[in-house]
Amino acid sequence: MSDTLPDSTAADAAETPLHDDAQIVARGLWKRFQQGSGPSFDAVKGIDLEVRKGEAFGFLGPNGAGKSSTMRMIAGVSPVSDGELRIFGMDPAVDGPTIRGRLGVCPQEDNLDQELNVFDNLYVYGRYFGLPKQVVRERAGELLEFAKLTEKSKARVDELSGGMKRRLTIARSLINKPDLLLLDEPTTGLDPQARHLLWDQLFRLKHAGVTLVLSTHYMDEAEQLCDRLVVMDKGVIVAEGAPLELIRAHSTREVAELRFGAGEHAAHAELLGDLGERVEVLPDRLLVYTEDGEEVLARTHERGLQPLATLVRRSSLEDVFLRLTGRTLVD
Amino acid sequence: MAVSTDSDAVAPDAPPAAPRDLPFVEGVQRQVDYWAIVWARTWRGVIVSSFLSPFLYVLAMGVLLGGFIEADPDELEGATSYLAFVVPGLIAAHAMQTAVSETTWPVMGMIKWQRIYESMLATPLQPRHLVGAHLASVALHLSATCGLYTLVMLPFGVFESWWGPILAFASQVLCGMTFATLVYAFSTRNRSEEGFGVLFRLGVFPLFLFSGAFFPVSNLGDVGSWLARLTPLWQGVNLSRMFALDNVTWWVAGLNVAVLVVLMLLGWRWSVSGLTKRMIT
Amino acid sequence: MSTPASTQLLASNTTEVRPLTRVAATRLLVLRNYIVYRDAWKLFLTGFLEPLFYLLSIGIGVGALVDSFAVGGKEVSYATFVAPGMLAASAFNGALLDSTFNVFFKLKYVKLYDQMLATPLSTGDIARGEIAWGQLRGSSYAAMFLLVMLAMGLIESWWAVLALPAVLLIGFAFSAVCMAATTWMRNFQDFDKITLVQLPLFLFSATFFPIDTYAGPVRWIVECTPLYRGVVLCRELTTGTVSEASLVSVVYLLVMGVVGLMVVRRRLDTLLLT
Repeated sequence: MSDTLPDSTAADAAETPLHDDAQIVARGLWKRFQQGSGPSFDAVKGIDLEVRKGEAFGFLGPNGAGKSSTMRMIAGVSPVSDGELRIFGMDPAVDGPTIRGRLGVCPQEDNLDQELNVFDNLYVYGRYFGLPKQVVRERAGELLEFAKLTEKSKARVDELSGGMKRRLTIARSLINKPDLLLLDEPTTGLDPQARHLLWDQLFRLKHAGVTLVLSTHYMDEAEQLCDRLVVMDKGVIVAEGAPLELIRAHSTREVAELRFGAGEHAAHAELLGDLGERVEVLPDRLLVYTEDGEEVLARTHERGLQPLATLVRRSSLEDVFLRLTGRTLVD
Repeated sequence: MAVSTDSDAVAPDAPPAAPRDLPFVEGVQRQVDYWAIVWARTWRGVIVSSFLSPFLYVLAMGVLLGGFIEADPDELEGATSYLAFVVPGLIAAHAMQTAVSETTWPVMGMIKWQRIYESMLATPLQPRHLVGAHLASVALHLSATCGLYTLVMLPFGVFESWWGPILAFASQVLCGMTFATLVYAFSTRNRSEEGFGVLFRLGVFPLFLFSGAFFPVSNLGDVGSWLARLTPLWQGVNLSRMFALDNVTWWVAGLNVAVLVVLMLLGWRWSVSGLTKRMIT
Repeated sequence: MSTPASTQLLASNTTEVRPLTRVAATRLLVLRNYIVYRDAWKLFLTGFLEPLFYLLSIGIGVGALVDSFAVGGKEVSYATFVAPGMLAASAFNGALLDSTFNVFFKLKYVKLYDQMLATPLSTGDIARGEIAWGQLRGSSYAAMFLLVMLAMGLIESWWAVLALPAVLLIGFAFSAVCMAATTWMRNFQDFDKITLVQLPLFLFSATFFPIDTYAGPVRWIVECTPLYRGVVLCRELTTGTVSEASLVSVVYLLVMGVVGLMVVRRRLDTLLLT
């Protein structure tokens, strides 16, 4: 399948979305990288998706799943190899500048302008959108407030902490009051406090009705922020739905985590196989999927097994991913 | 970082604690492998910048432009051709440029960007060892460049005696090392990239052009020529040229050497103190 | 925590986003560079000293040792001869620096162009903007240098007024070609190759001595190199020895710049829009 691109008639015309207010429509979207005459690499293999106005939509998957490639195509900086893609009903290959004028983009790595100070980063960037000087100045001031960077207005970019840089990058992506905000791994590399501050800001954006499209490999982030998400693996979509729906469809209510001595997990899995609907063996623990986790722990002890540590928790998207791909998310 | 004073905590059969100060030579020797690997990676670029470019200067200025200059030994500090005049000066000026380029960006890089000094100082090495090894690498670079340059110039017949080029070579390396220690000291104190831009444009470049490498400083008029004679580069250019042309005034040579050596020692002290202040806070 | 007013601040509203014409986009990129350099004016000012120092050292210091040269059948002093060479060479060196090291840094290290492409700007806008900025900087240096030449009595004709556009043309041609070359660079070591081309051009393009120093095929080769065309053009203008042959240099440099610009656009597309 990966040797040939699907022929484009197979991909439905993306001009006919299922919903009138769809802002992103992809049909059979494909991204192939060709390095010189070497072998080609398919990063995205014919995905279909629709994102509606005001939605918070997530791409979930491990590194290399094709999330960033998809986001770059949506942002109009990566040509589509095959299939159809419409942003605001327009083709990025034809109307790139017009589409980008309505997008906010927050890339995975902060690409702030190191030679400009904090305020000028917002000001100059805003001018790239053709916004009038006065409008940009006003908005830059307000956004610095929003990003809690007002006091750093005259600071150089390299004096900022990681969290501050991220907030500045997000503030910058809002300078044109975008209809659609693309966030690629927005909280990767941030400490927990900075992450919560950022989540709060994203919630407020969602509240204000901005369409959010974000990619992440953090389960908790996807569960917290997304109305709807797709799980991607190796360039294809393996599941789609609201976080709770996905958990209900692909996992049990609870999970019992059991840790035994090194190297004992596989053997113990066989002894406990009948206690839950399913048992997963990870290098450092066993996961038993069940409706009642405490019950599993009690039965384990009855059988004379003494785990070094135990934990009963609710199922999460992590479990969904494990179920669907047989792999954990964070490597 | 607090150093543990609780020596009783060390197990009785542990080897005796290292002496408080690592001997200077040993500290430098421990960095030989590091610098050997750096050299193995960069020697091609070194050949281009330290050999080809001065050679092109000699060809353009010494041979081609020199063809339009009527050589009068009285006007050219004893040289019988413009080529013979300009070559020893150019080598000394080139020694300065090599030394400066090796002690500006690379030093800032090791302090600020790649933070190599930080990792080295987490070992028993101390700032003076780092300065010593870095400057030893510069000395090696200078010797290679000036030596090669001198060898290539031999067939052009610009040297007047067999011992002249050897002493000229030594004075070029001395001149380069004086700049290396002084500029190293500047780099340990300089925090902005802009500082180097100004150093090159207002320091190195005017020295290169006005310290007697291209024309006799007497062409600069009374005041100008005395100003030029106060610069460290002129000391090196003058030494190099006197030896190459076998036209030595020994008391002047002694004065030139003394100025360079004193400046070099001062530069060394400032380098060690600058790096210590910058890295150990 | 911020006020409820934030809802209005954050709400989507792209009605004020305006499409950019090529000229407007180029102006914005120049504005960006202007803001950066506003704080580094010392560096900007000292950049002008470089050709001036060369002129004083080689033109006056070495010039005292050299007899006069003939340009277009006219006897001129060595300083008069070498000054227009310095003018052209400094435009060449400035363009080279701006469009190689600086562009490489923005392209590969700070990813400046990636952030620009997330906005309505295109790769063509970036190429035009960077080159336009380089020209502005270069022409301000050139104007100052011409004034110094005038003050030192090294200008022989009114044609010298056209030396300013001539310098712009030289800068444009080299900026475009060097920026194109930069898109093939992989690391800073590759820049040794640039030096390998820069220095011979600077030293042997009849900057410091007349073209008839060379004989036969060597002379033809030198006459075909771009910096030589720039040097003779400037020299013909400041010494007032312009002829129809001067047009050859103009066309040569113009074609070089346009071709370079086209290559830059295509290369930026393949590098940044993957």
